[in-house]
Amino acid sequence: MDYFLQQLINGIALGSIYGLVAIGYTMVYGIIGMINFAHGDVFMVGAFLALIAFLALVAIGVTAVPLALFLVLLIAMLLTALYGWAVERLAYRPLRGSFRLAPLISAIGMSIVLQNYIQITQGARVKPLPPLITGGYTLLDHGGFAVQLSNIQIIIVFTTFVLMLAFSWLVAATRLGRDMRACEQDLKMASLVGVDVDRTISLTFVIGAALAAVAGIMYLLYYGVIDFFIGFVAGVKAFTAAVLGGIGSLPGAMLGGLLIGLIETFWSAYFSIEYKDVASFSILVLVLIFLPTGILGRPEVEKV
Amino acid sequence: MPNEVASAKPGTNFDVVGALKDAGLAALIAFGLFSLILGLRTEQDQISQQLALIPRPLLLAGAVAVVFAGRFLVALLVRRGGMIDPGALLPHRLTAKLDRLGRFLAPALLAFAIATPFLFYSNRYLLDLGILVLTYVMLGWGLNVVVGLAGLLDLGYVAFYAVGAYSYALIAQHFGLSFWICLPLAGIFAAFWGVLLGFPVLRLRGDYLAIVTLAFGEIIRLVIINWSSLTGGPNGIASIPRPSFFGIPFTDDEHGFAAFFGLEFSSTHRVVFLFYVILALALLTNYATLRLRRLPIGRAWEALREDEIACRSLGINTTHTKLTAFAIGAMIGGIAGSFFATRQGFISPESFVFMESALVLAIVVLGGMGSQLGVAIAALVMIGGFELFRGFEQFRMLVFGVVMVAIMVWRPRGLIANRTPSVFLEQRKVIPAALVEKARR
Repeated sequence: MDYFLQQLINGIALGSIYGLVAIGYTMVYGIIGMINFAHGDVFMVGAFLALIAFLALVAIGVTAVPLALFLVLLIAMLLTALYGWAVERLAYRPLRGSFRLAPLISAIGMSIVLQNYIQITQGARVKPLPPLITGGYTLLDHGGFAVQLSNIQIIIVFTTFVLMLAFSWLVAATRLGRDMRACEQDLKMASLVGVDVDRTISLTFVIGAALAAVAGIMYLLYYGVIDFFIGFVAGVKAFTAAVLGGIGSLPGAMLGGLLIGLIETFWSAYFSIEYKDVASFSILVLVLIFLPTGILGRPEVEKV
Repeated sequence: MPNEVASAKPGTNFDVVGALKDAGLAALIAFGLFSLILGLRTEQDQISQQLALIPRPLLLAGAVAVVFAGRFLVALLVRRGGMIDPGALLPHRLTAKLDRLGRFLAPALLAFAIATPFLFYSNRYLLDLGILVLTYVMLGWGLNVVVGLAGLLDLGYVAFYAVGAYSYALIAQHFGLSFWICLPLAGIFAAFWGVLLGFPVLRLRGDYLAIVTLAFGEIIRLVIINWSSLTGGPNGIASIPRPSFFGIPFTDDEHGFAAFFGLEFSSTHRVVFLFYVILALALLTNYATLRLRRLPIGRAWEALREDEIACRSLGINTTHTKLTAFAIGAMIGGIAGSFFATRQGFISPESFVFMESALVLAIVVLGGMGSQLGVAIAALVMIGGFELFRGFEQFRMLVFGVVMVAIMVWRPRGLIANRTPSVFLEQRKVIPAALVEKARR
C-alpha cells in the first residue's frame, strides 16, 4: 500500500509534465488539424534554454535559487516561445492549403533539425544539473518503506495546476481565446468574420511552446539530466496523452497526461522497467485503433 | 511576419530601407533564437563533473550576420513579404527539360552502376559506398510504394528492415540455411509483419497512421533490445554467415570461388559480388514496382493517394488496397534488411533507430514521391554525396531535416516529380507538380 502511494505520487508528478506538453499538441491539432511533430523537440529546446540560462545566471552572480529560478522561467518561456513562433512561421505557415501529409512531413523535418541543431551546438552528451530544490516530507513511515513527497513534486503539480487554470481562463474568457475557439470550429469562416487567423495560429504555437518550456524546466529539475534526445520519447508520450484524453480538448490533454504518467510509473514499478516505453507506445496504438476520439474528445466528421 | 506584409508596398522593386528594416527584424529574431544555444556551449568539466559555459561570440555574430544578409537579399530581390513563388525558382520549361533529360539519365545511371565494379575495382572504399547507396536506393523504392504510390506515410519503415535483418540472421544461424533461401523467407516474414501491423491500423486517417507506424517501429526496436535471449539484446548478433556464390564460398582454398574460376584469391571478389546482388535486388524492386503500377492494384494505389473518399465511392476496398501496398513495401524492406545483415555480418538494434526511417523518408520526399528515378538520385546525392564530405558527417541529419522542410515549402511533390499517371487513355500527359498544386487550392 505504501509502495502504491509512492508510485501514485511519482506518477502524478510525471503526468503533470506530460500534460503540459500535451496541451501544445492538442491546441495545434484542434486549430489546424496537424500533428506538430516538432513539439517534443521544442520541449527539449526549452529544457536546454533553461539549463544554459541557469548556468549563465550563476556565472554573472545570481545565486539565490528562487530569484534564479524565476528568471530562468521567464527567459526560457520567452525564448522557447520565440522558437515555437519561428517553427510555425518557417515550416508550417507556407504549407497551408498544401496536400494533407505535407505539414506532417515538414514537422518531422523540423524535429530532425531541432534535434541535430542542439546536438551539434551543445554536444551529444547528457547534461547533468545538481539538484536545486531538495527536501520534502515523509508522509507515511511504517518502518521499512517510507512514502516521500518531495518539494520538487509539490512544485511541479502546483505549477501545472496554476498554469492549467490560467490557460483555461485564457481560452474561455479572453479575446484571443474566443479567436482560438472560432478557428477551431472553422478556419475559413473565422477569417470571414474578422478573426486574424495567422495571428491566432501563431499565438497558439507561442503559448504551446511557452507551456512546453515550463515542462522542460520541470523535467530538468526533476530528473537533473537532459540530452538532445529527450524530446522524441517525451513528445510521443505527450502526443499519446493528447490522443488518449481526446485530441482538441484541454481538460482531456491534462487527464491524458496524468493517465500516461500513472500508467508508465505503475508499469515500471510492478512489471518491468525495460518495457515502460513499449507500454506507452502500445497504449498509443490501442487508443488510436479502438478509441480514436479519446476519452473527452468529440467524434470527427469527415467532410468532402 | 504579419506587420511586414502589411507594410509591403507593391510595385516598389528596390526598397532598400524596407529591406534593411526587414533584415534588421530578422536579425533580431535570429539573435533571440541563437543567443543562448549558439552563443554559449555547455561543457562538462572532467574533474569536478560540473557544467561550465564556454562563450562563442564569434559564432553567434556570424550566424546573426548570415541571417541579416540572407533576409536582406531575399527582401530586396524577391517581392517583399510574400513567399517565393516556386515557379520562379524552377520555371516550367526547365522542369520539362529535366524530364526529357531524365529519359537519358536513367539508362546512363544504370550503365554507370553496372560498370562501377570495373571502374573502381581497386578502390574498396568506393565499392562499399556503392553498396550502401544501392541499399538505400532499394529502401527508398520500397518506401516509395507505400508513401509515393499509395500515399500512406510510414514512419516505422525501418522496423521491416530490422525484421528482415534479424530473420535472416536467426534463420541462418539456427537452421544453417543459405542466403538464397533465407532472402525470400526474410521478405515473406517482413511482409507478414506488414500485414499483421497494418491490418488494425490502416483504417486510420493519414496522420494517425503515421504516428502508429512510428510507435510500431519503436516497439519492435525496444523488443529487440530487451529480448536478449533471442536477439542478443543491445549486443546484437555477430558472425552472421556471409553469402556464397550460389554455393561456392568466397574462401582462399581449393573449394573457394577464386580456385573454382582459376582466379587469384582476392577479398574484393566478395564485395563485387555483393554489389551486383544489391544492384540486381534493387532493379528487381524497380521492375516489379513499375509493373505493379499498371495492374489494377497499382492504379488503385494511385487513386487512393489522390482521393480516398472518391476511391471508396468507386467501390475500391481501401483497406485491402492499403494493406497490399503496406505488405509489398514491408517485403522490399525485409529483403533489403537481410542483404544488410549478410553484408555487415553483424547487426544490432543501433542500426534500426527512428532516424533511419526518417532518412529513407527524406530520400523519398526529396526525390519526389512516386518518382523512381528521383528516389535513386536522391539516395545517390544524400548518401553518396555526404560520404565524400567526411568532415561534415555530423551535419548530415541537420541538412536532411532542412531539406525536408524546404521541399515541402517549395516543391511539395519533390524536386523532379512530374506526376505522370501510370495508366492513361490515349495520349501520355505530363502534369507538372506546380499545376497540380494550383488545382488543389
